[in-house]
Order: sequence, then structure tokens, then C-alpha cells
Amino acid sequence: MKKKKVIHMVRRTGISTAKAWSIRIIAVLLALLVCAFVIVGITGANPIAVYGGIIDGAVGTSSRTWITIRECVFLLIVAAGLTPAFKMRFWNLGAEGQILMGGLATAAVMIYLGPMLQDWLLWIIIIVVSMLSGLVWGLLPAIFKAYFNTNESLFTLMMNYVAMQIIDVAIVFWENPKGSNSVGVINQVGKEGWFPSMFGQQYLFNVILTAITMILVFSYMRYSKHGYELRVVGESYNTARYAGINVKKVIIRTMCLSSAIAGLAGAMIVAGSSHTISVSTGGGRGFTAIIVAWMSQFNPYAMIIVSLFLVFMQRGSIQIATDYGLNNNASDIITGIILFFLIGCEFFVNYRLEVTTIDEEEAKA
Amino acid sequence: MKKKIVSTMLICAMGAMCLAGCRSTSDDAAATASTTAADAATTTAAAETTDAAATTADTAASEASTEATGTGVAKDDLKVGVIYVGDENEGYTEAHMKGIADMKQELGLSDDQVIEKTNIPESEECYDAAVDLANQGCQIVIANSFGHESYMLQAATEYPDVQFCHATGYQAASSGLSNFHNFFTKIYEARYVSGVVAGLKLNEMIDDGTITEDTAKMGYVGAYPYAEVISGFTSFYLGAKSVCPSVTMEVQYTNSWADLDAENQVATKLIQDGCVLISQHADTTGAPTACEAAGVPCVGYNVDMTSVAPNTALTSATNNWGPLFTEMVQDVIDGTQIPADLSIGYAEDGVAITPLNEKVCAEGTQDKVDEVIAAIKDGSLHVFDTSTFTVGGESLEDAIADGSLKDTLGDSYDAFAANVSDGYYHESETQSAPSFAIIIDGITSVQSN
Repeated sequence: MKKKKVIHMVRRTGISTAKAWSIRIIAVLLALLVCAFVIVGITGANPIAVYGGIIDGAVGTSSRTWITIRECVFLLIVAAGLTPAFKMRFWNLGAEGQILMGGLATAAVMIYLGPMLQDWLLWIIIIVVSMLSGLVWGLLPAIFKAYFNTNESLFTLMMNYVAMQIIDVAIVFWENPKGSNSVGVINQVGKEGWFPSMFGQQYLFNVILTAITMILVFSYMRYSKHGYELRVVGESYNTARYAGINVKKVIIRTMCLSSAIAGLAGAMIVAGSSHTISVSTGGGRGFTAIIVAWMSQFNPYAMIIVSLFLVFMQRGSIQIATDYGLNNNASDIITGIILFFLIGCEFFVNYRLEVTTIDEEEAKA
Repeated sequence: MKKKIVSTMLICAMGAMCLAGCRSTSDDAAATASTTAADAATTTAAAETTDAAATTADTAASEASTEATGTGVAKDDLKVGVIYVGDENEGYTEAHMKGIADMKQELGLSDDQVIEKTNIPESEECYDAAVDLANQGCQIVIANSFGHESYMLQAATEYPDVQFCHATGYQAASSGLSNFHNFFTKIYEARYVSGVVAGLKLNEMIDDGTITEDTAKMGYVGAYPYAEVISGFTSFYLGAKSVCPSVTMEVQYTNSWADLDAENQVATKLIQDGCVLISQHADTTGAPTACEAAGVPCVGYNVDMTSVAPNTALTSATNNWGPLFTEMVQDVIDGTQIPADLSIGYAEDGVAITPLNEKVCAEGTQDKVDEVIAAIKDGSLHVFDTSTFTVGGESLEDAIADGSLKDTLGDSYDAFAANVSDGYYHESETQSAPSFAIIIDGITSVQSN
């Protein structure tokens, strides 16, 4: 009789919230530890000084703090926009393209209407038009999903590339100066259409827009009939139909909401921060926000924590890259390590490993 | 209940932000106040700076002076911030990093006096980086990519006491800001010299019977149909033409500053079109790699290409940014106003070509190159000498006079007219960035957009 120890995974049923979060906190600590090893390994610097550098880079001065907040609200608003679609199990991987289309519409309004209209009117037009453009980019895959049951992941993903091409074409018309292949800062002198500075802070307007959007989205999800319907559709189309829910309508309606918010994020980036448009305006936020939404299990408070943490580490590692003369790719490595642990820990939240002893002969038989 | 928590949290967050807002507003106010003070000190010898100014006068002769000056900056207190679009893995930025290192050595600055930020895209991240560097106490912030300009300009309006210097830009003179500057090398001089090297190679090939005078056609891999590129390939062509009068050139664009595959493809296509020598204004080794495979001689840019094309690379035109950086930083130390536009060429050691690849270059090239460089230095040779080329069959002066000259982009040519006098086009003199955007006879440029 030969005995052998084997590890196998067992699905957890009903893990307590406290336990789930303690697993996640352990993952964060492990991630920080591995990051420290990597950074210290490369720079040979004191790890405490390195973490001091991270904190300094993220919140060391008031303008750095505001950059951290700015990047954080971008992730938050996109994550909030993705929530209804994901709750409906509609895998919207097209937030990046929806952001770009919102940004494109914003840039167009700033360029063509900027010199003609009052600022307050421009802001309203920008918000409306950017949401509509994002919406169109989400509506197409939603219609195809609702009526022809096409695969929405592929469809939304491909729409990102279409959006990028459209932006490339727009740059040909808007490039400034001609031949430079970039649009430059739009309305740099008169700042027409730029979101206003509030209390001397140019990003506060974005924070407020995001806060309002998040409150509306999460109230919609929790308290409205629509929110309930889309959750039922997410569980099962048949159940939804049985309950008398118009599945097609819910899919289209939810996706419109989701992509309009991504479009609004595009307006915030273009009118509220970068004041230009390029294929990198989205900056991968449409994808990072997916991680934020999933990691936080669609919980708005968790979203704030997760996105703050990600941006904090990102901004911080940019600073240590400068401090220690590293390439800025160092910050990508740090973000990668953190995401690895954050995503990896979900395995341990859903499964546990058990070591059992089995009888090999028996197993063969 | 949960809703209450949300609203409470948001109220807290808003409160915190308002506080943060107030704090930074007062910071701004302080900054403005100190700026005004600095301005006052600059324009008039204010009472409290008189002593310091006197000290400056005493020590002005000694360059090694580290005394605090009335308007300048003590060398020990100096901080230089640099924003790079790429990093040491990319030829263009690598050349700037080398220039900064030279400047550091030349002026004897320590490592922690130079803060370098790499891989800063041409977006608001450039503005963030510029503001961050200014907040860290840098008295001068330098950025190296064309698309950085409007963000640097924005930062310059907000930090009037910090000098912002931008390579390849064109807006400094028109911005009206005294703390925003453009700089560029007169790279067209080096391109002209590299063109001479190419022309001599063509002559050798004609003498060998490999090609005839009529088939002496060069190919040029350009990044964008934009003044900087057009000025570059025109000077290269004129260099080649000065020794090989029958030469023609075909230009095609990759629509990217750095795209290895596209540059390789465009070079291959040019070779198929009958080009017997290739040069480039794009940042990768794509074109020389294609040339090496096809056995076609080539002239590179920024870096010595002999590592990828040992049997075909002739030389490369390179920028030497060190003297420019040294001059600008020295101005900050001395408290001298940096000119709105700064441009240096062979005379100030701002450009060069890499050592000739003896294996490939025609015999006697080095002597001719030395002669041309000497002529450029003493001003007897002007690269854009209007007697050496024609536009639409007539001289540049006539074309301007009779209105037949059209900008490649269909724009007004007033700028060109203003730069033409004394029989040559004054490139990079009033504005540091190249402005020669005219396609001259002998060059075919395939417009892609």
C-alpha cells in the first residue's frame, strides 16, 4: 500500500465577508512585499526609503495629490459605467472605444463650437454629445446581441479599433500645426469649452461629475426596477422572460447607459484634463476599469479603494523611477505585480486548497 | 441606510478636497508673490539685492563662481528638470540624454541637481511632469519632443519664474512669454555634409559602371510631410547634388517618427523603385536593415548605423545637444535672458556626422567632407543657396516674386519670403525649428495625406 499526499481545490461555499477581505488584504501585503524585493533588487536602495518615495510621488505635493485624484476618478467613472453591463453579464470590453468616441465628440464641439458659444452652454453640449457618442458605440453591439445573439465581447472589443481609426482620420483634419500628426492643446488661449476650475482646482469639476454619476448609477442599480430587471437578465434570460421582462429591451437599455457613461468619461478626459485628442486619450482606462469593477465586486466603496490603490502605486512608482534613475517601465512592472496578486487572490476567495492522503493503488483501480 | 453612508462619505471627501483646494490656492498666491518679487529683482536692482549684485560684479570674471547672484542662481542651488519622450533605448532621446550628461559634466553639476523623466507622452502627462519639476524647485525645465510644446507653454504661463525650453517647437517667439524658449540644432548642415558623402558614393558607382548618370536616384524614408523633415531631405539632396549634379530623389513617408517595420518596408519599396542609395529621417534602424539585406548604400540619422549595416552604412547625421543645454543652463546660472529661439550648427559644434565607414565610402570622401565642413563654418557655403536649386523651373526668388510658389501644404509662403535674402534661404535663424517646407525640383515627394 503506497500512500501519497495530493493537493486539490475545493470550491468554497459561502465564504464570510471578513474572511474574503482578509484574503485580499494578505494579497495586497504580499504584493507590496514582492514589489519591495523587485525595487530593492534593482536599485539596492532601502525599502523604507522606496516606499517613502512612492508616497511622496502619489501625494507628496498638492499638485501630485490632485493628479492622483484625477486619475482615480477617471477609473471610477468608467468602472461605474461598466457595472450595469457586467451585472447583466454583458461583457462590455469596449469602454476604451466608448471613451474615445466621447472624447472625439468633445474635441469636435470644442473646435467647431468653441469660438461661438458661451462656456456654460458648451459644457452642457459637451456632456450631452459625448454621452450620445459613447452610447452609439455601445448601442451597436447591444442591438446585435439582443436580436442576433452575437458575441458581445468580440464585438465591443473590435469597436475599440474602429474608434481608434476614426480618431486617426479626425487628426488629419484637426492637426495643429499641419503635418505634425497631433491635435495639440485645443483652444489653448481662450480655453473655450474647458471644464471650469472650481476653488482654484481644475480637476474638481471632474470629481463632482464622477461623484454624481456614481450616486446615480448605484441608486439605479439598487433601488430602481430597471436595476432589478437587468440583474435577473444577468442570471438567466429564460427566468427573465418567464417573469415577463422584455430581455431585448433591457439589454439595449442597460448597454446604452453603460456606454453613455464611458462617453462622459471621454468628455472628462478631453475637456477636463488633457484638452487634446489622440488614440491614446483612453490610456487603457477602459480595460483597467474592468479590473477595478471586478476586484471590488461592483461595490462602490471598494471601487474607490481599489482605484485609489492602483493609481497611488502607479504614480508612486513613476516617482521612484525618477528618484533612482530607473526607466518609467518600472511603474508598469509594479502595477503588473499588484494586479497579479489582486486577481490571483480571487482564486483563494472562491476556492480553498486541501491536502489529502490518497491510496495510489486504489486510485489506479 | 447605505445611501446615508454614501452621502456622508462624499461630503467628507468634498470637505477634504475643498481644504486641499484652499491650501493649494494659497500656495499659488505665494508663488505669484515670489514671482513678482523675482521680476522686480530682474528689472531693477532692488535694494535688498544690491549687495548680492555687487558680489556678482566682483566675481563675474571667475566662471567657477558659486556665489548667490541677484538675478541668477547659485550653481549649488540649481536644479534642472528634463522631460524625454522616450528613453535610452530610442535614438532621438538617447542623443538628448547624452547632451544632458555632457552639460552636467561641463558645468560640474551633481547627479541630484538634474531630474530626468523618461517616456513622457505628448499629452497632459507632459504638463503634469513640467509642473511637478517646477514644484520640485527646478529653475529650468527642458522637454524634447515636438508634441510637448503646448503643454510646456501651458506650464510656462503658470510658472513665470521658471525657464521652459522646448526642442523642435516653433511657438516661443509668438507666445510673448519671456520664460518659454525653443531650441534646435542646425541639423540641415550635417545632413548636407552626409549628402556630400552620398553624392561621392554615387559618383563612384557611376565611374564603376554600376549605374549611369541618369539612374542616380536616391530614396528617402521620411517620417511626416512636415517642415522639419522636408528641410532635412532637401539639405541632404543639395549636398549630394553639389558633387553629383544629375542626382534625383524620391521621398516616401511612414507617418510615424519611429516605426521599425514601416521604415523597413518603405526602404524596400524605394529600392524596388530603382533607388540606389537610401537615407532617412525616422528614428529606427528599419531602413539600414533593409539596405543591408539589399546591398544598397545608406545614410542614417542620430546614431551610427554600422552595427546593423556594416557593409552598406556610409555615415549618419547626428545632433550634438550638449552645447545647447550648456548654454541654456549657463544662462540660468548667470541670470541672463535665454533667447526665444536658439539654434547652433557646425560652428558651435551642435551637429556632426558619425565617423565615415571606410569600407563603403568612396575614396577621398574624408578630404571633401573636411573641406565642406570648413566652408560651412566660415560662412562661405550656405546649404540653401538659391543658385543651386530651382522650384518649378525657376529660382526661389522668382517663384516668390511671381507668386507661383506654393507651400506643400497649400499655406501662405510669407514665411519663406521673409527668410530669403542675400542669395540663400536663412534656415533656423529667426526661428530655431526648421521652416524650409518647399519641394524643390529633382525631388519627388509622395504625399500620403
